[in-house]
Amino acid sequence: MIALIIRRIFQSFIVMLTVALVAFTLFRYVGDPVSQMVGQETSIADMERMREELGLNDPVIVQFARFAWNTLQGKFGISYRLGRPVNELFVERLPATLELSLIAALFSLVVGIPMGVYTGLYPDRVLSKVFQAVSLIGISLPTFLIGILLILFFGVLLGWLPTFGRGEVVQIGWWSTGLLTVSGLKAIIMPAFTLGMFQLTLIMRLIRSEMMEVLRTDYIKFARARGLTNRAVNFGHALKNTLVPVITITGLQIGSIIAFAIITETVFQWPGMGLLFLQAIQFADIPVMSTYLILIAFFFVVINLIVDILYHVVDPRLRFDKAVAAG
Amino acid sequence: MKSVTRIQDSLHRFFDGDIWYSFKKSKVTVVAACVTAVFMLAAFAAPLIAPHTPFDPGTIDLMDASTPPAWFEDGTTKFLLGTDDQGRDIFSTILYGSRISIFVGFASMLLAMIIGITLGLVSGYIGGAVEASIMRIADVQISFPAILIALLINGVAQTLLPGERHDELAVWVLILAIGVSNWVHFARTVRGSTLVEKNKEYVQAARVIGRRRATIMFRHILPNVMGPVLVIATIGLAIAILTEATLSFLGVGIPPTKPSLGTLIRIGQDFLFAGEWWIVIFPGIALAVLILAVNLLGDWLRDALNPKLR
Repeated sequence: MIALIIRRIFQSFIVMLTVALVAFTLFRYVGDPVSQMVGQETSIADMERMREELGLNDPVIVQFARFAWNTLQGKFGISYRLGRPVNELFVERLPATLELSLIAALFSLVVGIPMGVYTGLYPDRVLSKVFQAVSLIGISLPTFLIGILLILFFGVLLGWLPTFGRGEVVQIGWWSTGLLTVSGLKAIIMPAFTLGMFQLTLIMRLIRSEMMEVLRTDYIKFARARGLTNRAVNFGHALKNTLVPVITITGLQIGSIIAFAIITETVFQWPGMGLLFLQAIQFADIPVMSTYLILIAFFFVVINLIVDILYHVVDPRLRFDKAVAAG
Repeated sequence: MKSVTRIQDSLHRFFDGDIWYSFKKSKVTVVAACVTAVFMLAAFAAPLIAPHTPFDPGTIDLMDASTPPAWFEDGTTKFLLGTDDQGRDIFSTILYGSRISIFVGFASMLLAMIIGITLGLVSGYIGGAVEASIMRIADVQISFPAILIALLINGVAQTLLPGERHDELAVWVLILAIGVSNWVHFARTVRGSTLVEKNKEYVQAARVIGRRRATIMFRHILPNVMGPVLVIATIGLAIAILTEATLSFLGVGIPPTKPSLGTLIRIGQDFLFAGEWWIVIFPGIALAVLILAVNLLGDWLRDALNPKLR
């Protein structure tokens, strides 16, 4: 177990190093950092001096080491477009994205699991067919289209909900939250629904197929033969055994929710990290791009690590398989 | 002659086989296949059937801008589904736009398939350090959503290529970005099946008679691992079309001068508040129906090829 954790941490470290290398390559070689920072009338001698000051003439290895060290200390450089330290920008926008992602994930779990269990248990009922159809539409409708349709109906036609921004926010320390004001809560409904919709269908379909598979196994037949109540069989035996893959997928999906937030944030002009990243791409703002990359990679690696370890804790078969494969 | 009878044979086997039977039996699948076929045909024949040529600035009249669909008071039958802010006919633009969307979807799916199959076969058959390093890269890549990787590749291309060049090359940059971001599923599946196949007797026999490694991989093993690849390819096509639309919607895909469906929706979003909903809704419906149809085909194929579910 400890060996596994150490190996996993080592792998995560390698991944982070690779991502840092990509980010560094972007930072250093895509576009010239000096010409981005200075005005047009700066002389070549001045630019050369700046180059020396910034250490851009040092060997690449030294530069990369400096880049990595700065990153570890949270110094991500200065945005070309906004002229402000990148970490300030991200700290400002982190709460918006995390709140949105969290609410969306909660929504997809709370609605998706019951829907999946129901369709798995009663695949032939009318309501199950309806759920199935909804999930298919959820998978086929692009996220941005769902958002636009919501805006059209609830924003433009009915005028019930705000169509852009976070509403009023309350500052708690450095964290700004929109969850404590009425306008903030109203503003998060449509974005969270849009963002959670895809995950919801994913979770629903996963639980459904797992349930159907588990219900066919011998131990479920045995449990029924023992005369256990339907409730005990369905929830105590069947659902419990479907939860292992669900935990994994949900964990991994938290990462992609944060990434998919780019789309939702664009549709609703939600002032989060995704919108910042997208604007950075359009304006070739490399420091912001590479910082977003590193930050997202960090989220992913940490979540992956936790999920992996959880997986091995929850499912003893995995450990056994590994031992067999090795021997 | 021999090849003709072989084709006849396989056609017979196909039409008598389980797959064709399950296709005929599932009405939804037949409808989905028809819809997909109609889309492909319409997109392919866009220059012939479209009433206007929206990509030719000479035929566009700004006076026609923002005309509502024909069944509204201000609409004319000249523009069946209305026009956008520049006076382009929405119906024609949808036809031309689906053409781009389907082309980019197919091309990037093919690219992903070629990369994935090759790496999957190589890592499954050769094994060792090659396998370990390929699969490690796959592990890292699959933990990031494809859309993020495509965005990044696109962003780098946009930075490196000057504005006009980028607009010209946008289609190819997109194909590259989407293709590279989607190969992992192919590689993993192919590797898994290759690991099973390579210990079978026909592979051993091929090895004994001295066939080259590449021949064994592509001529002998590949045909036997194609089933699951087809399923992934169908679903991959839907994903690729979706990714293209999303990137274009985000403003980093196809430029608005020759819009794809996603670009059209992006343009239309700005006019939503002015009540000009048709610029968004019709391309949106077209996109959703196309993706839904391809997804349904993929779902059916997966069930048809998986005997466990029957």
